[in-house]
Amino acid sequence: MSQQSISFIYTWASILAMALASIIGDVLLSRAMRQVGDVNDLWRRSGTWAVLRQTLGNPTFSAGVLAMALSFFSLLFSLSWGDVSLVGPAAASLTFIGNAFAAKIFLHEKVDHRRWMAAVLVAAGVALLAG
Amino acid sequence: MRRSGLPFQFFLFERQVNFRKYLVLAGVAIFAATGDAMLSQGMKQTGSISLDHLTTLITALLNPFVATGIVLLVGFFATYLNALSWADLTYVLPASSLGYVLLALIARFGLHEHVSLSRWLGIALISIGVGFVAATPAATPREDSSPAAASRSESVADPAEERRRAVSGEAEL
Repeated sequence: MSQQSISFIYTWASILAMALASIIGDVLLSRAMRQVGDVNDLWRRSGTWAVLRQTLGNPTFSAGVLAMALSFFSLLFSLSWGDVSLVGPAAASLTFIGNAFAAKIFLHEKVDHRRWMAAVLVAAGVALLAG
Repeated sequence: MRRSGLPFQFFLFERQVNFRKYLVLAGVAIFAATGDAMLSQGMKQTGSISLDHLTTLITALLNPFVATGIVLLVGFFATYLNALSWADLTYVLPASSLGYVLLALIARFGLHEHVSLSRWLGIALISIGVGFVAATPAATPREDSSPAAASRSESVADPAEERRRAVSGEAEL
């Protein structure tokens, strides 16, 4: 296999790894914050410490932060092989689309046609802006 | 008299809640975009970091742009978590992408940089996408009966239901 095709595979593998870790992170953080509840209400009722304790003490939150950290390191990894103009937009667009699927499946969000349209349009828009 | 006063009071209450929540969403977008821009500017000045020369990492962290970028990204994370506590992920994410549009507009009108046609198209697509998502309710109504879920659905999930309750005097104001 040529050097070029190895670099191509590595770049796309790390873009996919980054998008996947980012989607997992977003879903876990969203689930954690849903368990905590509206932090503005919690803050009004019980103060700042209660918000910090409930958020930072939530195991799903810690798992989400870990996934986000993995996504960040995958970004650094992909940037060492790929071009910034490919890696950034490709990973961001994949994350937008993947999040819509993941939110529907794992978070049971009501993703109607307007939200699908939004995910596709924003993904395309981010690719164009960052490209 | 109490019954006749409620709809107006509720209108003010709803406006206040929505304004605060829109402010959080604006914070997500602005912190993300400005934080990224600061980090990117700082990293251009410090150059690439390698695992062999970890001292360059400390130099990078001391760069004012990088340090400001990190503070802004901490602000992003706090507002992002706040937004996720009362809105759906598929609502918060597109809304947060408006920050990229803001950056492009600042580049064009503030810094007088050239913005290419493809970038204008990108701005248009993101704006239309956010318009679609803004037309949907912020959170999917929950079936569970936890206090957190109940308070969330009361505050944003179904404004029509809440308005009905306010009119009939059931809402807690």
